[in-house]
Amino acid sequence: MSNISEALYNMRFMDDLARRNTLVHRLHPLAKLASTLAFLAAVVSVERYEISGLLPFFFYPVIVFALAELPIKPMVKRILMVEPFIIGIGILNPLFDQHIVMLGGVAVSRGWITFLSIFIKCGLTVAAALILLATTGMDRLASALRMLGIPKLFVLQLTLTYRYISVLLEEVGRILNAYALRAPGQKGIHWKSWGSLAGQLILRTFERAQSVYGAMCLRGFDGEYRTGDGQRFCTTDLAYMAVWVMFFIIVRFVDIPGLLGLVVTGGIK
Amino acid sequence: MHMADALISPAVGGAMWAATSGVAAYSMKKIQVDLDEKKIPMMGVMGAFVFAAQMINFSIPGTGSSGHIGGGLLLAVLLGPQAGFLTMASILAIQALFFADGGLLAFGCNVFNLGFYTCFIAYPLIYKRLTRNGHSEKRIFAASLLSTLLGLQLGAFSVVLQTVFSGKTELPFGTFVMLMQPIHLAIGLVEGLVTAAVVAFVWKASPDILENVAKEKALGSISTRKVLTGLLIAVLLVGGVFSWFASANPDGLEWAMLKTAGTAELEATNKLHAVLSDIQSKTAFLPDYSFKASDSEEASAAGEEAWPVVNAGTSVSGILGGGLTLLAAALTGLTINMIKKRRKRAGFEC
Repeated sequence: MSNISEALYNMRFMDDLARRNTLVHRLHPLAKLASTLAFLAAVVSVERYEISGLLPFFFYPVIVFALAELPIKPMVKRILMVEPFIIGIGILNPLFDQHIVMLGGVAVSRGWITFLSIFIKCGLTVAAALILLATTGMDRLASALRMLGIPKLFVLQLTLTYRYISVLLEEVGRILNAYALRAPGQKGIHWKSWGSLAGQLILRTFERAQSVYGAMCLRGFDGEYRTGDGQRFCTTDLAYMAVWVMFFIIVRFVDIPGLLGLVVTGGIK
Repeated sequence: MHMADALISPAVGGAMWAATSGVAAYSMKKIQVDLDEKKIPMMGVMGAFVFAAQMINFSIPGTGSSGHIGGGLLLAVLLGPQAGFLTMASILAIQALFFADGGLLAFGCNVFNLGFYTCFIAYPLIYKRLTRNGHSEKRIFAASLLSTLLGLQLGAFSVVLQTVFSGKTELPFGTFVMLMQPIHLAIGLVEGLVTAAVVAFVWKASPDILENVAKEKALGSISTRKVLTGLLIAVLLVGGVFSWFASANPDGLEWAMLKTAGTAELEATNKLHAVLSDIQSKTAFLPDYSFKASDSEEASAAGEEAWPVVNAGTSVSGILGGGLTLLAAALTGLTINMIKKRRKRAGFEC
């Protein structure tokens, strides 16, 4: 149950964020989608032994967070919630790669470096995906997909799934509540009810889909996906996209922290 | 079983995106040919159903634990393989976007691992075959259980391959396989039993749902072959192009070695390690990724040679530089925040 209310809350939270009106929110969804994909590609392509090359990429989430006025604490919490899975797989790296290297005078096993690299990459990539949704929203993201030539069938289906998730989550929540009240102290669904509990819901879902389809037809559904407002791709959007893509290319190929460190240590000398 | 972006390389991510797009394009074409318009809302609402139903805990008798449904096979059985695959893709897209469950670059991997094997391998090869001579409770049970098991085993193996080819973790192939397959056998057993119970119930209550889907023509053998060939070409092309771009880094190299020579991971990494430790013995620093402070200008001037990393990961200056970079990022964020706040306040005062 807590799972379901959590999921519902999560989706509504992201929807609320997407409805804000800031500089980043107003940008064309395509510009944001393209920047996000460029960011992901750049981050993922960084070598596994590299930590310093990853650090400049933090500029992207930090700046967009600030520009889009996203709340830091709940977003960071969501990012960290994904990390345990990565830790589960990555933690084995130090076990398998015990090659010792010197890091600023300290001996470190290479496995820890790759582990840290994976950990940071996970944080960055997850942040980028969440930022995209929190500043764009599902409907505008779908319109961007449509503009990219993703077939209407898929886009329509995606938005319908998204719309009905909250309805179905509430329904599942009610069913589980009713079940729990009739089977106190029982963990999960008894095997005798496995088929009937989920099966009943399927039958009901099928009926619901038919009435949804009927309602859509009555409102003139002809298989086309319509978004309503056709936002134009203007210079600001192009500039936003170009600046970020340039930035990602630069930090991917030029070692900024390394140069910065040299400047500083040189200065100290 | 969702793959994260942090675990895959661009070559693997790109190749799997290509493969998934290929299957999706084929599925859409197939659905549009025998378009049953009703199917679109049906797919949407059923996608939402699977999403919600994944949160139901089914307790496993005799143990304290519980399992849940996966959804891939259930969707194939209820909607047909093509619609099932597309529905699975949209569920995974929403999970990736809203819950960061599985990354955007890894989206292709995830759709393939969870959707392709269940809808296009397990469903036609096992489920359809076993229920070919009509449905019965026993047949539905066996078919659902076996197909779910197979689908999950293939998916788990695919996760292993994608992870190993990406080379982000040090897990040797053998160990990873030994870890993944048995776990997913257990998971698959529970998932399979739940799926079987659900499908059997739906069949008893409303047999027309299953029988309508079963009536649809199976994948024609020619088109399947075409699709598979197309897929293979796409995967090799994208993987090849990406790994060529990435050839300057060991990840790409390792991947290419595996791909072309088909050598086992262990052997490949051993070769790589030999090369690396050879260089390392000469430099006494992290091979490939470092330079002594005095060589720094040369190296950065050489640019090309030092690419992809003109790095500092090992030296003090690098650590210092890294710290400064993060500090600068944080300060930029704070400054933007302050400017925004000040502007807002000014706006109120006006």
